[in-house]
Amino acid sequence: MLFTSYGFLAFLAAVLILYYTLCRRFQWQLLLAASYLFYYWSGPKNLIFIMVTTVTTYFAALKIGHYGEISAAYIKENKAKLTKEERKAYKAGMKKLQRKWMLACLFLNLGILAVLKYTNFAIANINFFLDAFHVGEPISFKNMILPMGISFYTFMAVGYLVDVYRGKYPAKRGLFSFALFISFFPQVVQGPISRFDDVSGDMWADHKFDGKAVSFGLQRILWGFFKKLVIADRILTAVNTIIHDPATYDGIYVFLGMMFYALELYADFTGGIDITIGTAELFGIHLKENFHRPYFSKNIAEYWRRWHITMGTWFTDYIFYPISVSDPMLRFNKFARRHFGEYIGKRMPVYTASAVVWFATGIWHGAAWNFIVWGMMNFVVLMVSQELEPCYKWFHKHFNVNGTLWYKIFQIIRTILLMSALRMFDCYRDVSLTFRMFGNMLVHSRIPQLFDGRFQTLGLAAADYLVLFIGLLILIVTSLIQRSGSVREKLAAKPLIVRFACWYGLFLAVLIFGAYGVGFDSSQFIYNQF
Amino acid sequence: MKKRSISVFLGLGLVVLGSLWLLQRLLMPKYMGDIVEGALISEYYKETTDHDVIFVGDCEVYENFSPITMWEDYGITSYIRGSAQQLIWQSYYLLEETLKYEKPEAVVFNVLSMKYDTPQKEAYNRMTLDGMKWSKSKVDDIRASMMEDEEFADYVFPILRYHSRWQELTSDDFKYLFTKRPVSQSGYYMRIDVKPAQTFPKPKKLANYEFGENSWKYLEKMRELCEEKGIQLILVKAPSLYPAWYDEWEEQIKEYAKTYELPYYNFLELTDEIGIDFTQDTYDGGLHLNLSGAEKMGAYFGKILRDEFQIPDRRADETIASAWAEKCAAYYDMQKRQQEELDTYGYLKMFNSDKE
Amino acid sequence: MNELLDMLSDLHEDVDFESCDTLIDDGILDSFDIVTLITQIKDEFDVTIPADEIVPENFNSAEAIWNLIHRLDEE
Repeated sequence: MLFTSYGFLAFLAAVLILYYTLCRRFQWQLLLAASYLFYYWSGPKNLIFIMVTTVTTYFAALKIGHYGEISAAYIKENKAKLTKEERKAYKAGMKKLQRKWMLACLFLNLGILAVLKYTNFAIANINFFLDAFHVGEPISFKNMILPMGISFYTFMAVGYLVDVYRGKYPAKRGLFSFALFISFFPQVVQGPISRFDDVSGDMWADHKFDGKAVSFGLQRILWGFFKKLVIADRILTAVNTIIHDPATYDGIYVFLGMMFYALELYADFTGGIDITIGTAELFGIHLKENFHRPYFSKNIAEYWRRWHITMGTWFTDYIFYPISVSDPMLRFNKFARRHFGEYIGKRMPVYTASAVVWFATGIWHGAAWNFIVWGMMNFVVLMVSQELEPCYKWFHKHFNVNGTLWYKIFQIIRTILLMSALRMFDCYRDVSLTFRMFGNMLVHSRIPQLFDGRFQTLGLAAADYLVLFIGLLILIVTSLIQRSGSVREKLAAKPLIVRFACWYGLFLAVLIFGAYGVGFDSSQFIYNQF
Repeated sequence: MKKRSISVFLGLGLVVLGSLWLLQRLLMPKYMGDIVEGALISEYYKETTDHDVIFVGDCEVYENFSPITMWEDYGITSYIRGSAQQLIWQSYYLLEETLKYEKPEAVVFNVLSMKYDTPQKEAYNRMTLDGMKWSKSKVDDIRASMMEDEEFADYVFPILRYHSRWQELTSDDFKYLFTKRPVSQSGYYMRIDVKPAQTFPKPKKLANYEFGENSWKYLEKMRELCEEKGIQLILVKAPSLYPAWYDEWEEQIKEYAKTYELPYYNFLELTDEIGIDFTQDTYDGGLHLNLSGAEKMGAYFGKILRDEFQIPDRRADETIASAWAEKCAAYYDMQKRQQEELDTYGYLKMFNSDKE
Repeated sequence: MNELLDMLSDLHEDVDFESCDTLIDDGILDSFDIVTLITQIKDEFDVTIPADEIVPENFNSAEAIWNLIHRLDEE
């Protein structure tokens, strides 16, 4: 079910009302039922997968936690009697048992994700090789279901499991409570990827009706609707026209498509997250932020700390660090330093782990080479900018621009252009086409191309561009205001008439200017003489 | 303190509801310009007297029969509840709804819409449905008519459908914000211009000539409803040269009419008798009749209604007569205005605002 | 402690590691630095820092890192 649909709004209204009235004493249970109903509507067959993940993770974690308790109790009891070595050996033994359970559960759940998501991709690649070597028959593609949010909830389950293994917090008791954590409907669609200890305080607690929290939640949802319906869905028309017809829309249109997509993705993704977080807020549950004004970043490293934050931290905590400080990697570090010298050797473990993370990030986004190449390109850019550090330092020593407004603006624009260029891999059909279009853009772009008539064929009218322009201004101004504190708080302090004008105005903007409904899509109305 | 916040809340609520209502009225199409067919359905509710004959169906009813001629020649009171590409279930529900307001002696249904078994075009749905007052019939009608991308909420709150018209607002949208001017006379859409009939391409062969299940279902419902209420259902095929009316279709209707002893008139076969001259009596090359054609049809069909179905002559009734006197006045006034435009511009400007 | 301070200065020579206690919060040490540090700690002190100890509390200051090393050594 789309967030921006009548069905979702009706569903949300119903759940919200029940939450604070009839189901006052059964709040998390209501959310669980609502979440499973929501998931059921995405496809009844999908339910089996999320249930399997939920149940296996729950019991594996309990088992791991159980071993942890036994271990701690034993150590405590026999503290005096054991030597340091005996203690370390016992702990290692218990850890091994815990690891067995963790690995089994990880293998199962990540395996489910891998099979459902990547089977056809693997088949496509195998067929490519079979064809290239003229061997055998191509394997037919399988009809795979891709359950809603599987990439998100699997990662949440994995994160929880590993945290319990690491002893960060005890395993959750109560299968149904745990099931809510995995299936919570606002975040099952597109994240954020929550950590168990971030939400465990709120999720099963009793929530009294708090007018301010509910109205703030509604405001945030409205803001998300504005971004999605007025901006993202509108400019998507032009983006699609450009990227689906690369033969016609080349030269500067590639650049236009790139920048339009940058705006579209931002408005759509952050808007969706606004709706998610706003919805959770209605129920008194606070999810972690996923975006931190990412387009104000000054370099790519900063960008990835501010865009899709929960994904970045997940990969860092559960892939990057475990790999880069693992024993094999430490050995590799020694080996590399000995054989390739201090400079390269020191970098190899980090870069290797980083490459793995970016490969994983790429393929997590989609089962296609476009995404893998996109991931690796991000890695390359990060690596290059890391290596160029000495150059930057030299530059800043000689030219005192660091910290000036102009230089900051330069850095921001540079970062936006860089990230938008990388994202072209999202747009075009395949990798080679993306490179070709990128090259075409660099070589063939000319300003006059904007006036040769193609611009009018993108699918938007002048009025649409006006709406987009004003929408963009609103986005920028709001982000600027937000730097010094919550916009909602600031608005809440203003007189009633200002608040009313602002929120009602936003509502009317969505209602009237939103790119939704039959009227928006339908072709020109022609009266047929029948 | 509390009293004040309640009154503030109510005040703001009124502002919200009022502004939304106004915006909705503004954004809904007015159908006062080139395309007036969307305004037809809602005009019925302004009627002050009952009608003995109700027509339902598509443009082949509202452009081909003149109710004023039937009144002047035979004293027959009629109303044409027609709309653009009105589908058979829409005709059924309109009929069902009409029966809440009055009980006619006869209902006339143009059978062309039997060819449409499923919903066709959202735009036409709107032109038929938006004008209906809310009733169970309207709810059922919407449900039966909705296309895949339509939502029921879009009918309850039309602003959800028409909001994108903000880019297309014209002066008409402001001028006709609260009231509309009448576009029909007793449901008849008048055109006095002339465009002789052209030759039409031979109709292409169809894979299947059987009318669909849904069409039969609603024809049955219509027949049963009329039977239940003691109303005479009359099936007609209007004399439009296009779209093609296949012999195979003709057979099915004749068969059905025979089975249930329903009168069926295929006017395509009677054009000579009626005196229709397709060089003079059509305004769009033979698709629909113009005023002169519609008056001939009115005269011919009115006689049938009086002689075969004993539809009464109501000219003696003062209330009815005065209401119809007004209708006639509006009718001749419209004729005069159209004639003036023809004389001045050579074409009907009121329906062709974009022509040079 | 001095070896630790040396290691830290190797990474960023212009930072005052003796007093600063917002090394992670202020982004002074990034993930490259952390990994390099952990490798060197393993070499120098023979202490393995597992991934789940890589949290701000343990790396925000030289003192915190030193405490971490000691704690893991004792366990």
